[in-house]
Amino acid sequence: MAAYGDDAHDDKPGFFTRWFYSTNHKDIGTLYLIFAILSGVIGGYLSFMMRMELGEPGIQFFEGNVRLFNVYATMHGLIMIFFMVMPAVIGGFGNWFVPIMIGAPDMAFPRMNNFSFWLLPTALICLLASFAFGGFGGGWVMYPPLSTTGSPGPAFDFIIVGLLAAGFSSIFGAINFITTILNMRAPGMTMHKMPLFAWSVLVTAFLLLLALPVLAASLFMLLTDRIPGGTGFFNPEMGGDPVMFQHLFWFFGHPEVYIMILPAFGIVSHVVSTFSKKPIFGYLGMAYAMVAIGVVGFVVWAHHMYTVGMDVDLKAYFIAATLVIAVPTGVKIFSWLATMWGGSIRFSIPMQWALAFIFLFVVGGVTGVALANAGLDTALHDTYYVVAHFHYVLSMGAVFGIFCGFYYWFGKMTGYLYNKWLAGIHFWLFFIGVNVIFMPQHFLGLQGMPRRYVDYPEEFEMWNNVSTLGIIPTGLGVLFFFITVGEAFWRKRPAGDNPWGEGANTLEWTLSSPPPFHSFNTLPRMTDDGGH
Amino acid sequence: MRLKTSLITGAGLLFMPALATALPVDGNMGFQDPVTSTMEQIVGFHNTWIMPIITIIVLLVMALMLFIMVRFREKANPVPSKTSHNTLIEIIWTIVPVLVLLALVTPSMKLLYMQDDLPETEMTIKVTGDTWYWEYSYPDLEESGVESIISNPLNKEQAIAAGKPFLLAADAPLVVPSDTKVKVLVTSRNNLHAFAVPQFGVKMDAIPGIINETWFEVFEGKEGTYFGQCSELCGVNHYYMPIEVKVVSKADFNTWVANGGSFTQQEASNNYGSGMTTAAQE
Repeated sequence: MAAYGDDAHDDKPGFFTRWFYSTNHKDIGTLYLIFAILSGVIGGYLSFMMRMELGEPGIQFFEGNVRLFNVYATMHGLIMIFFMVMPAVIGGFGNWFVPIMIGAPDMAFPRMNNFSFWLLPTALICLLASFAFGGFGGGWVMYPPLSTTGSPGPAFDFIIVGLLAAGFSSIFGAINFITTILNMRAPGMTMHKMPLFAWSVLVTAFLLLLALPVLAASLFMLLTDRIPGGTGFFNPEMGGDPVMFQHLFWFFGHPEVYIMILPAFGIVSHVVSTFSKKPIFGYLGMAYAMVAIGVVGFVVWAHHMYTVGMDVDLKAYFIAATLVIAVPTGVKIFSWLATMWGGSIRFSIPMQWALAFIFLFVVGGVTGVALANAGLDTALHDTYYVVAHFHYVLSMGAVFGIFCGFYYWFGKMTGYLYNKWLAGIHFWLFFIGVNVIFMPQHFLGLQGMPRRYVDYPEEFEMWNNVSTLGIIPTGLGVLFFFITVGEAFWRKRPAGDNPWGEGANTLEWTLSSPPPFHSFNTLPRMTDDGGH
Repeated sequence: MRLKTSLITGAGLLFMPALATALPVDGNMGFQDPVTSTMEQIVGFHNTWIMPIITIIVLLVMALMLFIMVRFREKANPVPSKTSHNTLIEIIWTIVPVLVLLALVTPSMKLLYMQDDLPETEMTIKVTGDTWYWEYSYPDLEESGVESIISNPLNKEQAIAAGKPFLLAADAPLVVPSDTKVKVLVTSRNNLHAFAVPQFGVKMDAIPGIINETWFEVFEGKEGTYFGQCSELCGVNHYYMPIEVKVVSKADFNTWVANGGSFTQQEASNNYGSGMTTAAQE
């Protein structure tokens, strides 16, 4: 335990040393969060422009360069997934709170932790550099041949290199989390006493470790396919198979969606328990439901590809396997409700986000059940119904989970309280906004409007109109997010060790706000009744 | 915009009775009207199975949440219970969703196999996606002199001039007979595309090096012009490679074949909603 010996003097490293050479999990967590917010602004700007374009039929903003619309759509997906959601939930909250929650002095490999983080800005610079070469408009799924022979020029090569860097960053992060959680729990902190957020990050880390190498391999294959006179893994003229890329991609891509949502599950569990002043209902069921979702998440990938011309029996299998995921997901939803049942519920800001998360995740989840049925998916595949579905589970699921965690831990991380009225305005504007944006997209999808279109027949005008109106409250909501954070830093109201009271009983609330540079001078010891 | 569309279709109705049902409808919240049994069954599965189940789930969760939020708010219930286990209820909320899914899986599989198992088809068309247009050919009819059709999108001026919906209309439609099981072979010359006609319940990826199969059979009496759009990202003009399908009666189709792939001269000059549709509209 290195932290133990060094600790006689509470070292105050200089600015550059502290933020650039950082090996402290809390500082690295902060860096991840700042990075995620920055990426969120970039990704949000891209989606803002797309929605503006789609407000009415005709080409308004991308006149003369409709390819740029595809570039924006592609980059919006990649940036939001790899550079906003993942850094926020895993790198940000994971780094900050997993070591504290399990009573560890720091992450197992602090220098690798630093490396994991600094790979990400490098990766993002690579991605953004692709704009200088015209950008890549082949979708975040990067299907060949559009991503090989269909996209000459260096733009996509930059993206491949960037994604490889981001992928390695995540793999190193995953190794770090798995090692930390399995080996560095405080005395008495058995696996079955571990807080659910730590469980969620553990499952996520295993998903990362197994899924990302497959992405890395397929990206390498794309890269060598793109070299003139190179390989032809996905080129039918050379005996390759474009569909094979889709299988490889979704073998990564489906676990990836659970990578984004599982940590949010963990955060919401803590928030629901804290503000109901009750222990989590069915703790073991909750933990193993996440394990089950992670395991089954690896064997359902081809439900993203029902229209590629798969064998019908194979489709039947993927229908059955996909529907199975609804069961552990249902267990989680009902357990959250049961946690609140009999509780004494306070509707603080994090709880509002958590309640909205639960409801909106159910809405996004049931459309997932609809899409799982290959027969029905024939009509819905690649329409706005799919866009609505995955934004309900991600843009409302994962992102609501992120804001939930942010407002839950803001006082702990910064030492300051935010203004709950400002934060409340953020919540309501955002909640109304995203629903106005994405609910009408279900109807567009059912009517048959395909996705990734810069312009559409005027028969789809009305709901697109409504959808675009939703960016006004959403955008204002984001503005209020920054106002809330700025106001909190300006006013500097001290948060105290535990602003939430008796319900908040995980280890981070036993520390000062913000916690000392080295969290624990003596390792906390768990007692048998779950206290400490 | 809406008014303009109605005027166009309204005026068109005099000449082309089936057209009104053949477009997506602005503001609608459900599927387009089905004209094949496949799409009818997709709509049926969605409306009788999926919608009721997902609506009940969402309402149930919402009602539970609202009840909990009122009944167990801090003021109403200042002392929280400490219950954290109840094996029976945990078993129930695991088993009940399993039963619901088991009920759902049977009609889902029935729909899948009905769609996917090709029946004895009566004719074959081959659809080839290219950047960015469709090519339709008739392998069975080559001897009759039916040449393949290159189907390019109409630009806005052309579409308005022809009274057709922009971004849905093509210069040369795929022509197929109604009341006939048509096998569709789908492939591509370069990027991925997908051949999709919502009202037929057809969507199949066009992949270079692979020939995919699907099928449809448009009901007798549903002759008319139907539209679809490319449904797999294929590059710059992905949004601009519409699919127009002209469904004609068997007799008219035979005439079309006999003329080597064109209707009579008069119809050829105005081959959109050429008045051969005699069936009642929806």
